This record gives sequence, C-alpha cells and structure tokens, in this order.
Amino acid sequence: MRVKAQVGMVMNLDKCIGCHTCSVTCKQVWTNRPGTEYVWFNNVETKPGLGYPRRWEDNDQWRGGWELDKRGRLRLKAGGQLQKLLKIFWNPNLPTIDDYYEPWTYDYETLITAPLSERDPVVRPHSQLTGKQMEVKQGPNWDDMLAGAPETAGQDPDLRGIQDHVKFAYEQAFMFYLPRICEHCLNPSCVASCPSGAMYKREEDGIVLVDQDKCRGWRFCVSGCPYKKVYFNHKTGKAEKCTLCYPRIEVGLPTICAETCVGRIRYLGLVLYDADRVLEAASTPDEKDLLNAQLSVFLDPEDPEVRAQASRDGIPDDWLEYARRSPVYALAMRYRVALPLHPEYRTLPMVWYVPPLSPVVNALEGDGYEADPDDVFPAIDMMRIPVAYLANLLTAGDSEVIKAVLHRLAAMRAYMRKRQILDETDSEVARAVGMAPPELEDMYRLLAIAKYEDRYVIPKAHTELAQRLSEQPGTCGLDFEGGPGNCGALPRPEESLNERFMMLRQLPVVGPEAAGK
Amino acid sequence: MRLASTFLWVVLPYSAMVLFVAGHIWRYRYDKFGWTSRSTQLLEGRWLAWGSNLFHYGALAAIGGHVLGMLIPTQLTQAVGVSEPDYHLISAVAGSAAGIACVVGFVILVARRAYFPRVRRTTTPIDVATYVLLALLIGLGLAETLAVNAFGGGYNYRDSVAIWFRGLFILDPRPQLMATAPIIYQVHAAAAWLLYALWPFSRLVHVWSIPLQYIGRPYILYRRRYPALRR
Ligand code: HEM
Ligand code: SF4
Ligand code: SF4
Repeated sequence: MRVKAQVGMVMNLDKCIGCHTCSVTCKQVWTNRPGTEYVWFNNVETKPGLGYPRRWEDNDQWRGGWELDKRGRLRLKAGGQLQKLLKIFWNPNLPTIDDYYEPWTYDYETLITAPLSERDPVVRPHSQLTGKQMEVKQGPNWDDMLAGAPETAGQDPDLRGIQDHVKFAYEQAFMFYLPRICEHCLNPSCVASCPSGAMYKREEDGIVLVDQDKCRGWRFCVSGCPYKKVYFNHKTGKAEKCTLCYPRIEVGLPTICAETCVGRIRYLGLVLYDADRVLEAASTPDEKDLLNAQLSVFLDPEDPEVRAQASRDGIPDDWLEYARRSPVYALAMRYRVALPLHPEYRTLPMVWYVPPLSPVVNALEGDGYEADPDDVFPAIDMMRIPVAYLANLLTAGDSEVIKAVLHRLAAMRAYMRKRQILDETDSEVARAVGMAPPELEDMYRLLAIAKYEDRYVIPKAHTELAQRLSEQPGTCGLDFEGGPGNCGALPRPEESLNERFMMLRQLPVVGPEAAGK
Repeated sequence: MRLASTFLWVVLPYSAMVLFVAGHIWRYRYDKFGWTSRSTQLLEGRWLAWGSNLFHYGALAAIGGHVLGMLIPTQLTQAVGVSEPDYHLISAVAGSAAGIACVVGFVILVARRAYFPRVRRTTTPIDVATYVLLALLIGLGLAETLAVNAFGGGYNYRDSVAIWFRGLFILDPRPQLMATAPIIYQVHAAAAWLLYALWPFSRLVHVWSIPLQYIGRPYILYRRRYPALRR
C-alpha cells in the first residue's frame, strides 16, 4: 500500500441550472488570452447533445484514453510509445478547431463610429483566427437546451443502443446539464501520451498539470485525453488545461468554478487512495466492474492502518483530518450516490457526478402538478430510457447502478418529506435503499442544505516545506548557528500568502480549526 | 575575390557556428517557453497530413545522407567494398527519393501556409526567413543530385566540398576548394550556413527535442511541488 492524497470534485447534476457562471468565471481567470479564445477549461453541455468539442465522447474516433490488449494489458488506445513517435509529424487523432468552434469577436467600434442613420448600427462577427468577417456556424454551447436536438442529438455517442427509443418531441424529451472540467484522473492518459514528459500528476494533491517550459507542442495529450480537456494554445504552440485552480486549492480555497457556482452543486474534498493498485484497477477486464474497482482503490480515512501508512507516506496529520470530513469521499464511498464520468475510458477520473432525478421527476409532473415522492420510486424502474442514457454516461452501461443511486435520492426525498411535514421517521424507506435514517439525514444536509463549509473541505498545502527549502544552503548564508543573523527580508510564507489572498480573511473558517470551536 | 571567398567560406561558417551554439544556449536558458514545434495542426489538418509527413520523413532521410556523404571519406566507403560509381548510384537513387518526398512535402507546407488564412496569420518573419532558406537548400540539393549527378556529368563533391567542410572542423579552412566548386554548390553551402545561424532563433529548435526518452518511460509521471525535499 502506497497512500496518496487526491483533491476530488463531485457535482450534483440535479441542482445544475445550466447558468454557465462556472464557465464564464473560469474563462475570465484562466483563458481570456490570445491563443485560448476557443478554450473552456470548464464548459456546460446539455445532454443528450453533441457536446464540446462535438462528439468528444466517441473515442472510437478520437482514440483517447486506455484500452485492454488481447492479453488484458492496459495500453493507450491511440498506440504505444514507438507508434506515437512515428506519428509525431502529424497526429491522426487530433481534433481541429472546427470540431470545437471558430472563435469570434465583434467590431464593437462601429457602434460608436457609425454615421447617424435611421436604424441602429449592427456589430458583425469577426474571426479571432483570421481577423476576417465570418458567419457564426457553431459555438462552445451550440446545442444548449436541446437546440437543434431533433436533427443533431441523435449522434450523441451516449445514445448507443437506445437511439430508436429517444424522442426529441417537446413532450417526450428529457434533458439535463453536464458541467465538465478536467477529471484530474488517477491514471491520466494525457500524462501517459506526452512524449516530452511535460505533463505530471502532483504527488501531494493529484492535480494534473502541464509544465509550460517542458512542453514542446507535440500535441498528443490533446488527443490522448478521452474527455478532451487538454487544449492546444495556437498562439504559444503549447498545451494547456484546467489547473484545478491550484493556487487557490493550496491555500484552502475552492476552485473558481466551484466558488462561483450559483446552484451550489459542487463539492471539493480529499480522497486517499492506494497508488500501488491504480494500474490493477484500470486493467479490470469488464468495463462494468470499473466503478467498483476504482472504489476499491480509495482508502478509508477512518482505518487506523490506512492512517498509519499515510503518515509513513508523508501525508500530514491535518490532511488526514480533512480526509475524514471529505464530502467527496462521503458521496462516492459512504452514500454511493456519486459516479465517475465514463469509467470505461479507464483513466480513473476524479470528478464524480450525482445523477439527476429530474428526467424521471419531470416526466411525472404535468402542468402545475408536483410529483409525489412516493410515485418517483417506482417510476425509476419504469423509465428505461433516461436510466439507460445515464448508464451510458456514468456506469459503462450498467442501469442497475443508476437505478440504485436514483432510488437513494428518491428515498431521501420521501424520507425528508415525512420528516418535515409529518414529523415522522420512516426507517422503512431508508432500509429499502440500504441506509440508516441518520445517514439519509446527513446526505440530505450535504446535498440539499449544502453549506459552504460542508461543500469545500480543502486542506492548505504545507508551505513550511517551501520555507524549509528557502532555508537550505545558498539562500541566506548568514543564518547559521552562531552566525551574524538572518538576512532579514524573507517574509514568512503565511504572511506573503495572506497578502496575495486578501479574501482569505472574509472566509468562514473551515477545517479542524472550525471543528474545534 | 580572395576577400569574398575568405568571407564566404571561412568567416561565414565560423560566425554561423558561433551563433548556432551560443544562440541555442541563450534560447534554452531564456526562452524555454518559446521552445516548441509551434504546431498548426489544430488550425488545419488535411494538408498537413501529406505536407508534414512527406517533408519530415524526406528531410530526415536526406539529412542522414548528408551525414554519410560529408563525414565519411571516400577511402572509407571504398575500404568496405563500395566502389565510387556504386556509391554514386546509391546516393543518387536514395537521395532522389528522399529529396522528392521532401520537396513535395515542402511545397505542400508552403502552399498550405499561403492558402489557409488561419495558418497564414500565424506565420512570423522568422518563419518566412526559414522557409526561404529551406527552399533554397532543398531546391539546390535536389538539383545537384538530379541534374549534376544522376543525369549530368557528375561532380565529385566529396573531393572538394566535403574536404573543405571537414577542414573547418579541424581548424584547417581551405576556402580555395570551395571557390572552384560549381556555383550551385557554392549557393547551397552559403544558404546552409545562413540557416544554421538562424536555427536557434527559429522554430527549428524543435528538432533537438525529438522525444526519444519517451520510449520505455513509465507512463504516469508524478512530481513533488518542492522537489528538493524528496525523501
Ligand atoms: C527530428 C525530429 C523532428 C520532429 C520530431 C519534428 C516534429 C515536428 C512537428 C510535430 C511539427 C509540427 C507540425 C504541425 O503543424 O502539427 C513540425 C513542423 C516543422 N518542422 Fe519538424 N520535426 C523534426 C525535424 C525537422 C527537421 C530536420 C526540419 C528541417 C530542417 C524540420 C522542419 C520543420 C518545419 C519547417 C515545420 C513547420 C511546418 C509548417 O507548419 O509549415 N523539422 N516538426
Ligand atoms: S481528464 Fe484531465 S487528467 Fe484525465 S486524461 Fe483528461 S486532461 Fe488528463
Ligand atoms: S478548477 Fe479552475 S481551472 Fe479548472 S475548470 Fe474550475 S475554474 Fe477552471
């Protein structure tokens, strides 16, 4: 056992209202630069739909992620190391800009410079690639709210096997939103695809990053990521990706996309895992077993043996406390309501999703009629299509797992309704989904009340390590025992961090400090 | 005449060598962020498939040929039993194949750059200079192989150009050897030195980054935030 810590995310899809605030704030912070106009580290897709880049999920075409060879060994779907080098002059699996969209802006100046006239002046779209006037044919969220779905959504790769049953007529359609960021995978195929060794996973928190000084622009990571969450900056010629906002995570703050999430759908927390068993889990023969394989790699932070080994592996004690209170671990492991996106890509993704009940609930609800929670329960089993669709998205096609999760969510609603309206404790409904009443209530607090401190349980990075580094020989030659004293100017790391993150002061105290109050 | 020949065949080569070495050191130290192939595949893929593959495989084969031709003396090939006419035949056939692939690929690449506004917009002045010099080199190299050696009377550059070239490295420059070479070889050599001088400041630095270390490397890489404290 080799214990590593990973910052993971869970998104509760039932609460996503598709407002795109996460996308916009992320873009403002990270990608509003030349070369990344088309890049959205965070994007929100309407499902069913083609997504961004279009049909990114079809890895028969893009060949992202991993597969098993005939002898059951894990290998990159796009081919191994030698094959990559032979294809380095031209990557056969790279999406082109038109698979995303041609970024554009408007000639806003005409609004001011246009001569006086009868009609208002109009701004025209101009390509940010060529500078020429263009016709907008596609955007980063072109099929928002099922726009164009009758014509296009049929090509959604998640409809595999159920195309003939899905209707896009207004009354029969179902939809939900899928916000996506980099999965910061345990077995990242982007890292494995990078010939330069510029991409890496951080030992401390599992964040996957691109070293901009080492990237040589061979662009295999872009096609190697099955989620298409590495992007090519066409100005710098280097790859860029979601950073999990590591400068914020390091000081205990949630990512921008989570912080600004209006629906409060996002959770951030630690998961401990056994790095020695990652390869074995990713090589699980049956795709449908990958979920359980990944769960089995996670380690229980309450287990004394795990804690002892974690300490030996250098995980700080306060991090273990944070791991205990992790909402990500709770939703994925304890309550089993969060699921990984496309586990069949075998990267062991670490952004998990609570599937939405809404496709089922909405179908029960007519105009002005609210669904009775007791009706929802049986409806889950009858609504084959949305469930099969969710299964293609989250469980490699295993509908039973989706049903079990939806049952839990429905049970939570039924239980809490009795609890709050009738002041009754219905342990029957809890037992039916294999949970105890206090567990359902905890889950309710986490999912429905969703307090800031419960959603984001993020330990600070141990910057005293950096301090120790700066104390190493070569930085201040005067500061030895009996020496003339320190060099004076070095601020303590806490101070400089506080300077940079003034907002820290306004934040509620989280972590063990808060627990102790 | 002597001054010109000294400049072209002594000063230019040595200045280019200095610029080549110093330029790479400077670029590596101060512009790692700019060190990339600056791929434009994202902007255009179909033409690049032909252009880039033909050009690169052709160019790499041609460079391999140069290394053989320039660095291995005639005596050595004869010693291993390859006669002079045989050597010329082999070099003419293999060189032509590589050269044609390289030229066709290069034409496609340049046409692509000119034709697609998206790609054209990414072209810098250094790119233009690189393409001009490359065009000269490839064009002349091919002309030498085809016109002079394959179909013309043949010219044994290994007894003049190559000796001059090796002489530069053993600090025994002999410009007179070049001054009497056919003009086509002279232009070729001059353009080559100019390209070497430009090399460290152009996208061509990507050539040194050929990622052979990828072969056999563990797939997943981990890094500590503070590597110096690795336990
Ligand atoms: C040694 C191994 C080499 C590797 C791995 C390599 C790789 C690459 C790659 C990946 C690109 C980007 C293609 C794209 O747009 O996606 C590229 C472009 C280019 N390479 Fe190389 N290259 C190598 C050698 C060379 C050599 C020897 C030359 C010429 C002397 C060269 C000249 C160029 C030029 C001019 C371009 C720009 C093509 C264009 O976009 O018009 N390369 N190379
Ligand atoms: S989701 Fe992120 S970590 Fe996983 S393969 Fe893609 S870029 Fe890499
Ligand atoms: S974690 Fe940060 S970089 Fe990544 S999608 Fe969210 S806001 Fe963007």
